[in-house]
Amino acid sequence: MAEGTYRQALQQALREELIRDERVFLMGEEIGLFGGSYKITDGLLQEFGEKRVRDTPISEEGFLGAGIGAAMGGLRPVVEIMTINFILIAMDQIVNNAAKIRYMFGGAIGVPMVIRTPGGAGVGLTAQHSQSLEVWFASTPGLIVVAPSTPADAKGLLKASIRSNDPVLFYEHLMLYNDKGEIPDEDYVVPIGKAEIRRPGKDLTMISHSLMTQRSLKAAEELERNHGISAEVVDLRSLRPLDFDTIAASVRKTNHVLCIEEGWLSYGIGAEIAARVADECFDWLDAPVKRIGGAEVPMPYSKPLESAAMPSHERILEAAIRARRGS
Amino acid sequence: MVEQSTRATDRPLPLPRANLLHLLEQMVLIRRFEEKTMEMLALNRIRGYCHWNIGEEASVVGAVTALTENDRLITSYRDHGFAIARGTPPETVMAELFGKEGGCAGGRGGSMHMVDIARGYFGGYGIVAGHLPLAAGLALAADYLGEDRAVLCAFGDGATNIGAFHESLNLSKLWHLPVVWLITNNQYGMGTSVHRASAEAELYKRACAYEMYSEQVDGMDVLSVYEATERLLRRAREDREPSLLETLTYRYPGHSYADAGKSYRTKEEIERWHQRDPIRLFQRYLEEHGILNQGEYDLVERRVSQKIEEAVKFAEESPFPSPDTLFKYLYAEEGTK
Repeated sequence: MAEGTYRQALQQALREELIRDERVFLMGEEIGLFGGSYKITDGLLQEFGEKRVRDTPISEEGFLGAGIGAAMGGLRPVVEIMTINFILIAMDQIVNNAAKIRYMFGGAIGVPMVIRTPGGAGVGLTAQHSQSLEVWFASTPGLIVVAPSTPADAKGLLKASIRSNDPVLFYEHLMLYNDKGEIPDEDYVVPIGKAEIRRPGKDLTMISHSLMTQRSLKAAEELERNHGISAEVVDLRSLRPLDFDTIAASVRKTNHVLCIEEGWLSYGIGAEIAARVADECFDWLDAPVKRIGGAEVPMPYSKPLESAAMPSHERILEAAIRARRGS
Repeated sequence: MVEQSTRATDRPLPLPRANLLHLLEQMVLIRRFEEKTMEMLALNRIRGYCHWNIGEEASVVGAVTALTENDRLITSYRDHGFAIARGTPPETVMAELFGKEGGCAGGRGGSMHMVDIARGYFGGYGIVAGHLPLAAGLALAADYLGEDRAVLCAFGDGATNIGAFHESLNLSKLWHLPVVWLITNNQYGMGTSVHRASAEAELYKRACAYEMYSEQVDGMDVLSVYEATERLLRRAREDREPSLLETLTYRYPGHSYADAGKSYRTKEEIERWHQRDPIRLFQRYLEEHGILNQGEYDLVERRVSQKIEEAVKFAEESPFPSPDTLFKYLYAEEGTK
């Protein structure tokens, strides 16, 4: 166990899997010579060569689809899409091909591939570069969607994703890349489909993923310190499959729920969880389920506006108090 | 262009007699199979879409027959004939159309999603040009693993105006992938003619933007298609060079079951293409070379007819998938790949 960043954890996972399995190869824009737009793959071209670390043209539909074909042809591609905002160009490949091939061909063949892509706002990249679109994929049967919030999970979930026999959308967050934490040195694999209790509590369940889990943790500390509210923070880690058992167990304990997400609330992850909690945990609720998410506007540029559009830990804190009070 | 191409009858026999007869029988099988699906559609045994290969048999059979056992095939949704030409038993294709468990995709795919991985057929796909990037990836995998195989990727003329076509051609040439891009140019993307859709209507010329070799052949002449595809697949396998092949052909029926194919085409035009019916052309060629007589042709029809009756029988008798299996195949089960 050593301390390292989320970025280093991702690179460790890629490196270990490239060494472990000859069929694993990386493909994406600027991942080789340039070292990666966010430097996740820096140095891997030099270590593994062009066959294993393949630079592509700006051609998302083309190379993402080629990843699907390569997976069908016996390889284990890890395709990097520079940001989730660019993934829309390759949407047909993901939704119509990757997600459907195993099913529509009656199980004749699968697509064991990983699509790594960062998203999120907070660094002034504006409307077309700041989106949280992971929920679109989470609503698509046939895909797996994971979103780590810590360096350890970044490593463990990426390794699990590369070993998965189904297509995985691996959602990273731009604002987490420099976060530090303990990273297990060993062959560390985190099972897909298991949520994690990041902080135990008894008064309120706070459910989130990715960057919002870190902000929720910060808010939870203040809730305890200044408001006497003990919040349990559930990190979903996997959006599809969703670990509802862990959510339900927490709700039965705290009887209060706040869902936090960076993306738009309408038809979102919190909406899904709130519906299922209402359906399956109604008798355990002492107050309505509350949600907080990104403002439903294209992300503005100016810093005060961008901040106003994102759930900050202060606003999460306020929402948590309301969720606990039931008002 | 069709008139300018070299007629097969001008050349010496390119293949042994048995192979020539096999080409003929495959074409007849596809024609009669498709006609039977029309009948089954009318009887509500088949639901959804049905995109037929009628008229395109020479393009389909000529190209697919050129594949080696190791080679791989991937196609658009006009795929019944491709599956049959690759050797997928007609009964499993028919059972797929019937939505039965015995279908080649277990009744989950239907008309547009035939598949036969064991025979190297990586499936039919329903989004125009959506499977072209997959073909590049299959070729990339073959290259990566050092496998002695090429990929044949078939699609229609309508696929050549969308980005995935251009991206895939670019990647294949950039990375020297062993793939042959096959445009089955049947003159219409649904009801829109090539001339109304493509600024450059000589579709094979588009390869020059990627420094890629390309050619156009008479898609009603099975031997021309076979010869060109065989040569280009060899080039893909041996030299790691992709290429683009355009076959000029025609679909006699409409786009799918809901289209009579008459609002956007003249009777004269359809008649003109019927004059060059790929099966009649090849039958005449074989007769001129003394390989086939009318009696032998009748035997072919009889054998085909029997196969199709057996296919329908198999499809009828195969069970429907149980609703209990609705979620089967969504994700890999333990131990599957």
